[in-house]
Amino acid sequence: MRAPRGWSLVPWVSIAVLALPVLAGLAGVIAPAFGYMPALGGHTVTLDAWRATLGWPGLPAAMRLSVVTGVTATALSLALTILIVAAWQGTRSFTWMTRALAPLLALPHAAAAFGLAFLIAPSGWMARAVSPALTGWDRPPDLLIVNDPWGLALVAGLVLKEVPFLLLMTLAALGQSDSLRSQLVARSLGYGRITGWLKTVLPRIYPQIRMPVYAVLAYSMSVVDVALILGPTRPPTLAVQILDWMTRPDLSMRFQAAAGAVVQLALVLGVLGLWRLGEHGVARWGRVWVANGGRGVLADHSLRPLAAMGALLIGAAVALGLAGLVVWSFTTMWRFPDLLPQAFGLRNWTSQMGSLGPITRDTGLIALGATAIAMALSVSVLEAEARGHKTHAIALIYLPLIAPQIAFLPGLASFALTLGLDGSRGAVIALHLVFVLPYVYLSLADPWRAWDARAGLSAQALGAGPWRVLWAVRLPMLARPLLIAFAVGFATSVAQYLPTLLIGAGRVTTVTTEAVALASSGNRRLIGVWAVVQMALPMVVFALALVLPALLFRRRQGMRIS
Amino acid sequence: MTLRLESLSITLAGRVLAKLDLSVAGGEVLTIMGPSGCGKSTVLAALIGALPRAFRMRGQIWLDGVNVTQTPTHARRMGILFQNDILFPHMSVAGNLGFGLPKHLPDRAGLIDTALVEAGLPGMGARDPATLSGGQRARVALMRSLLSAPRALLLDEPFSSLDSDMRASMRRFVFDRARARGLPVILVTHDHDDARAAAGPVVTVMGQPVKDERPRL
Repeated sequence: MRAPRGWSLVPWVSIAVLALPVLAGLAGVIAPAFGYMPALGGHTVTLDAWRATLGWPGLPAAMRLSVVTGVTATALSLALTILIVAAWQGTRSFTWMTRALAPLLALPHAAAAFGLAFLIAPSGWMARAVSPALTGWDRPPDLLIVNDPWGLALVAGLVLKEVPFLLLMTLAALGQSDSLRSQLVARSLGYGRITGWLKTVLPRIYPQIRMPVYAVLAYSMSVVDVALILGPTRPPTLAVQILDWMTRPDLSMRFQAAAGAVVQLALVLGVLGLWRLGEHGVARWGRVWVANGGRGVLADHSLRPLAAMGALLIGAAVALGLAGLVVWSFTTMWRFPDLLPQAFGLRNWTSQMGSLGPITRDTGLIALGATAIAMALSVSVLEAEARGHKTHAIALIYLPLIAPQIAFLPGLASFALTLGLDGSRGAVIALHLVFVLPYVYLSLADPWRAWDARAGLSAQALGAGPWRVLWAVRLPMLARPLLIAFAVGFATSVAQYLPTLLIGAGRVTTVTTEAVALASSGNRRLIGVWAVVQMALPMVVFALALVLPALLFRRRQGMRIS
Repeated sequence: MTLRLESLSITLAGRVLAKLDLSVAGGEVLTIMGPSGCGKSTVLAALIGALPRAFRMRGQIWLDGVNVTQTPTHARRMGILFQNDILFPHMSVAGNLGFGLPKHLPDRAGLIDTALVEAGLPGMGARDPATLSGGQRARVALMRSLLSAPRALLLDEPFSSLDSDMRASMRRFVFDRARARGLPVILVTHDHDDARAAAGPVVTVMGQPVKDERPRL
């Protein structure tokens, strides 16, 4: 039974919400890059902005940094993810690992980056642990570990967050691939655990995680907040430099920023194209490797511990980093190389109370608003699909995840400035929605489609119309994934740095923009306070999303996760 | 009450999967038999109006002299039971039973209590359906369907998930109640014992009569 015509429009509303800002933003950087921006007096097409951008002496180094750190972080994250799954899938440690994923995913990039910075800095816990016994240091050494010129700290910070993300995406794909039996068959034919997995499962999994991998690549090459915290400074990555041009008081620098954004976009598209070619190369080599009969039994001995170590390292770095943030936020005095502060107190917190309260409330309101709209849109798209109105154009939902933020947000910010829309909470919510919607939709789509349609059929046969089936049967039965999707959306909104900064125009700020703004100050106590709030907000919502269904349905065994 | 399938045929990409022209009288059980994958369940999906898009259906479905071929599922008043009971996991047993009861009936609670007694679960309305035994759940599913006052009952292998000693009593429970209410019943199964217990005509999806063959052991 086909639903009325109106339903066929539903998916297009969501697509428009996502695609229009991205396309408008891209148009909004391409025009000023060629000098056209009437609001700032650019009425003629010139190449001045290009001359200025291409003439900036730091450009080659900034571009190289963006490419090298982005590609290295993506390749490392992907390799580690594949290795972890291949080496440990189906074991108890693996189940345990997947349980730890949710809090890692909820954690904003910036909070993880601050945690890592506090851990590895010359005055961080790692240096303190071995000083002065092993190093002889009785004061923090003058070493550039964080913000190192090669971007190693930046790569590490990205890997911390991208491995959990790719792991989750891989798990979702594994559900549909009968992977455990494939691996079992391979092992019964004498293959090692890892080699068997790589030869039988990976070729089926990779096409399904390809989009997430591209998203990680585009993100890693163009990230701003993590690069501000951990990345090199002279020169910084291209994305950071574009933001610098964007936020100069001299508005004419915006033309240069626009040209820089076009360079960034070309860079990302170029590298994505090369990655795609690389896939072909690997696939060609892989077909030969799969057929060569090598069992790779010995590889398990060294690679399984390596994978476990990688996973443990990530977990430990994040956990210690976050613990460091908490400790610093309550520290009043902490001498080097002592492992713990001499004096604790609430001073850091009380000094921030005046701004902490209202900004936390704003952050929460913005996240609630964007997530609520994203939930309504996602449910309507999926329900339209269930009622027979499916469109392949929904793949466009990946657009905001692949298009680098720094490439189109400057253009959007210019439009908002011209129209006087910037600096309002509504504008920030609308822009957050662009990034929240894809994550909400992607996290909801699989459980929504996996729902046993016979429950709906039974309800209909009992006389329930389509709306009653939705409200009384489908939504309550999907309460758990709905709440998880909500938490994912909330965390995504809280973590947004660049959109808040550029559209908020300084008048709307969130805990994330406040925390990142402190990055260059080096004030660990204040960074600790703001980063703790930044990580606590999404964590609390995630905890609620896990606890609430357990409470609501505590007398319904059928609603527990099997 | 009578259920009549008039030159009903179902095709998938031009291939005919099922072809039926028959009527089932009130209180009668018609069995459609065949191996799994022959399209039996597709016939039931067509009868309740939930045929997947890829299939094409021709012919008419008449229920009590009314042509319901185009009627949406929720207004067709055909009850269906699946192999698994499909009780709603987020509702209590009473919540499940009440789901199909028309809204403004007087004394809904009384009707639910009576149904619980009939299902052999007196006073267990507040229970979590997940804590019931397979047989109890199957009985609740049937009572839930009967409370929605259907005009016909469709059974999609509803006994095959039960233990063999439970199966005979469940068959009797279902058929007795359908007969008492004078409902036409269509049973889809691959089990000859089901067909024998139904004690009605047995046909293939193509409408050919099936001879009773004892399974060779």
